[in-house]
Amino acid sequence: MNKLKLIIKREFLAKVKNKSFIVMTILSPLLMVGLFMLIIFLNQKNSEEIRTVAFVDDSQLLTAVFKDTDKTKYVDLTAIGLEEARKQTENSYYGILYIPKSDTLENLSKGILFYSEDSPSLNLISAIENKLEKKIRDLKIEQLNIDINQVKSAETDVEITSENFSGEKSSKIGSILKMITGGGFGYLIFMFIIIYGTSVMRSVIEEKTSRIIEVIISSVKPFQLMLGKILGNALAGVLQFIIWMVSAGFLMFVIASVFGLESASSSSAMGQMNPEMVQQVQETAMSELQLAFLEVKNLPILTIFFSFIVYFIGGYLIYSSIYAAIGAAVDSETDTQQFMMPVMLPLIIAIYVGFSVIENPHGPIALGFSLFPLTSPIVMLMRIPFGVPWWQILTSMILLIGTFILIVWFAAKIYRVGILMYGKKPTYKDLYKWLRY
Amino acid sequence: MENVLTVENVSKNYGNFTALNNVSISVPKGSVFGLLGPNGAGKTSLIRIINQITLPDSGTIYLGGEKLQPQHVHQIGYLPEERGLYKSMKVGEQALYLAQLKGLSKSEAKKKLQLWFEKFDISNWWDKKIQELSKGMAQKVQFIVTVLHSPKLLIFDEPFSGFDPINANLIKDEILKLRDEGASIIFSTHRMESVEELCDNIALINKSNKILDGKLIDIKKQYRTNQFEVGLLSNKNTKEVLLNQVKEHFNVETAATKSFYNDLRLIVSLKNSETSTDLINFLNDKAQINHFTEIIPSTNDIFIKAVGDNE
Repeated sequence: MNKLKLIIKREFLAKVKNKSFIVMTILSPLLMVGLFMLIIFLNQKNSEEIRTVAFVDDSQLLTAVFKDTDKTKYVDLTAIGLEEARKQTENSYYGILYIPKSDTLENLSKGILFYSEDSPSLNLISAIENKLEKKIRDLKIEQLNIDINQVKSAETDVEITSENFSGEKSSKIGSILKMITGGGFGYLIFMFIIIYGTSVMRSVIEEKTSRIIEVIISSVKPFQLMLGKILGNALAGVLQFIIWMVSAGFLMFVIASVFGLESASSSSAMGQMNPEMVQQVQETAMSELQLAFLEVKNLPILTIFFSFIVYFIGGYLIYSSIYAAIGAAVDSETDTQQFMMPVMLPLIIAIYVGFSVIENPHGPIALGFSLFPLTSPIVMLMRIPFGVPWWQILTSMILLIGTFILIVWFAAKIYRVGILMYGKKPTYKDLYKWLRY
Repeated sequence: MENVLTVENVSKNYGNFTALNNVSISVPKGSVFGLLGPNGAGKTSLIRIINQITLPDSGTIYLGGEKLQPQHVHQIGYLPEERGLYKSMKVGEQALYLAQLKGLSKSEAKKKLQLWFEKFDISNWWDKKIQELSKGMAQKVQFIVTVLHSPKLLIFDEPFSGFDPINANLIKDEILKLRDEGASIIFSTHRMESVEELCDNIALINKSNKILDGKLIDIKKQYRTNQFEVGLLSNKNTKEVLLNQVKEHFNVETAATKSFYNDLRLIVSLKNSETSTDLINFLNDKAQINHFTEIIPSTNDIFIKAVGDNE
């Protein structure tokens, strides 16, 4: 027990003192936040862009539709005609909308054209289409001699609120939240397994190539060494993740408060123009926020947390012991390729299955892969926020723990023989033989 | 004499391959035991079993009279043939770590290490990384780590490889000093001249079987051939005559030895009934003797002969 502690300590310190570990620990949050800021910045730039659209309305019927909005301005060029407008304005407008003269409203709706240099934004086109549809419908209603006010009063808005059988309300925001929570935890496990599993493997290979291995296993059992390595690396990993979370959170907070100041000052500028509207906007924002809080509160947080711990430990131990066995079997990292493929496959499948889980959290694919122990740590965590029956979680965990014991046993056998084998690139057949030594 | 290690009928198979077949050896206390054999004979397999790195399929091992147990690793020091240290770890930290794995407390290990570092005059290496040291320097650190916990059984597998003659001598002296202080040493090597110098007992393993063991001196007696190398002063003219005269009475070969003098160097084999006195008397009548020595088989010769007979 004492020796295991020594090994864990050494592995932890060796990992933590490593230059690349220090650099990654410091740089990653900066990169993450930088990327996040870049996305926000580009988004803002995008939404700040104002498009000016020219139109030539030869029908004279639809001109009233084109009122300027925040992001789109309209210029009436009907006076100079389409040909002239195209010549003059090729570069100064986002595009030209052409509405030809036509005898019936039916034909009018079919002959409208949009000229632009690049293919136009779909959002813009559908916004214009919407406006025109509404206007032409109104014109048709008028033509049919129906009172518009009567039609308007007959219009209804239907909004479906969904609720599950036990009475919990669910909404779109809720689904997205569940997706983010599940996906986030699943992805976290995926990343952790890959980063620190590989690091366990490297550390095993290092001991083999530096030939220190035989000295060490003349003092401790190979299994102790393997376990110490796996746990030491995991501790270093957890430390790194915590540093990342805390520093990224801190940076986000700093940035948010800087950005927050800016938006507050801009909203006060807006407030001077139209106080009522601002209040309205704030109110809707508040209710959205409240709904989101409610959804967060409705998530099975305890279950998520508990399962995260179990699946995190189980998944990491299974995969890192496989990685340790691979490291023991080969002489150098270049030889690991043939064994890495089957290890990566279930992990990648789990991430892909994750997408379909979001679509259908309780379908047969989701169920199957959340029970299969090599994918369950990722897939089950993605499902849990959507509510999973207890028996499924329990079955999945039992399978996970059973597989964990089995795989660690196999891996330890391969590890024990492999660390003393030099020079030969082993085949799967060799590995099978080692199991029987 | 009391044995520190007894290996009884140990066998080990790897799949269909037999690495050790019913091997037994005994290492007397306070002696140097040479474990010899060609490449792939099974020496390393046996050493790994003694170190409990692998388990034997059958057979029993006793250390100091007790059946081998996990905690016995603290009483064994092992310097493997395939050896190395963590490249990016500092010498001192690394030595402390390895010593603690052998059951020493941190403070104890530190005290002992400082003594050894002073002895080898390498105290200024404490904060260096292994990758900054030469191979020979790293080997010194490795030697210290092997013997630091004062084990009662030391196992050295090719300890001199990687050392220059000066450092090899230093290590050899340290090994003998450890023996005099009461440690028992198993010494595995291909370099037969170091076996002559160091070993009291040997065992020879070939193709997973032990084919020879015992006191080195007894084995040498067993392999003596009753041959003598003689040198007879002569000149060009008398050489031929002299040779023919000796040939008439004894089995004679010309010796390959290079001599300072213009003498006739011969290897003479005696028959069972003859003694060295007979030979001296005979030669003394014929010419002046400037060289006379019994040819004692070297460990090298014994090794080659025993392995050859076994095949």
